[in-house]
Amino acid sequence: MHELGIVFHIIKTVERVGEENGLSAVSKVTLELGEVSGAIPRELIDCWNWAVRKSELLKGAELVIETIPAVTLCESCSQTYETVRYGRICPNCGSDLTYLVQGNEMNLKEIQAC
Amino acid sequence: MDKVRIIEIRESVFADNDREADRIREGLKRDKTFLLNLMSSPGSGKTTLLMRTIEALKNEFDIGVMEADIDSSVDAEKIAKTGVRSIQLHTGGMCHLDAGMTEQGLKEIGASDLDLVILENIGNLICPADFDTGAVRNAMILSVPEGHDKPLKYPHIFTVCNVLIISKIDVMPYFDFDLEKVREYALMRNPKLEIFPVSARTGEGMGAWTEWLKTQVNEWNNGVKLLTE
Repeated sequence: MHELGIVFHIIKTVERVGEENGLSAVSKVTLELGEVSGAIPRELIDCWNWAVRKSELLKGAELVIETIPAVTLCESCSQTYETVRYGRICPNCGSDLTYLVQGNEMNLKEIQAC
Repeated sequence: MDKVRIIEIRESVFADNDREADRIREGLKRDKTFLLNLMSSPGSGKTTLLMRTIEALKNEFDIGVMEADIDSSVDAEKIAKTGVRSIQLHTGGMCHLDAGMTEQGLKEIGASDLDLVILENIGNLICPADFDTGAVRNAMILSVPEGHDKPLKYPHIFTVCNVLIISKIDVMPYFDFDLEKVREYALMRNPKLEIFPVSARTGEGMGAWTEWLKTQVNEWNNGVKLLTE
């Protein structure tokens, strides 16, 4: 289960930040998730809700997911396009010399705590 | 009541794991131990290739193998027959190994007095690519029956690997597998990728692969700067 491993890593990081900042309870964690990062938001939230029950610091904390759209750049015509809609082949010039410029992110943005 | 505040973190979910992995590499360098992370799909012939690799190198290096699987110890038992130290790591349902699990494994196998430790990661091309295990080099196996379009379908793993081993080349005549296409697709994702087509069954190409590995181990363990860096 890919999502569960990711959730464990988020919890571990938040617990470290919590200790460093003397936090007593975390109420919200915001994650920036690329559209083609490979993790499914619904699955992440399910795993999250199960996993935070075991953490003193994070009990009941909400996971908020902000989606980062996936954008691909075409090397042949230097234009960008929506990755999910068009895939690997550039819709402008038909080239396959393309690479992802954003959309693969899995970033811990911020936490709300007291 | 305490005041609610927002703490900005703004770092990758994998940042902590990456730092832990760097720490593992520093320890390996001190102990003169080379760790190879071997990844592939299930059924790519990983264990067989590993057994042949061990046979070729066991007179030169003290070798250990860590077999990661969700369950069972079938693979560790096979490896044990080659006479090298081997342990089975169970991930308990998880689809990958992370740096923390690798570190526990290294401790258990007693890696500090080994020259080469090979980590056989979970058979999966997606999740293991996200988690740095602390290995010195990452290798992946792509077997001929899987098809030459894998670098297009699972691009990420090709970008994190140093080596691509194309296995089971003895059955190439029976499949629509285009070796040149796979090279082209894989190098498109990672121009620095070293590619070795091999057959563990006939032994074809195995010499080039084991020579490469031998050089990497010697360079790392003797503190020589690696040419690929």
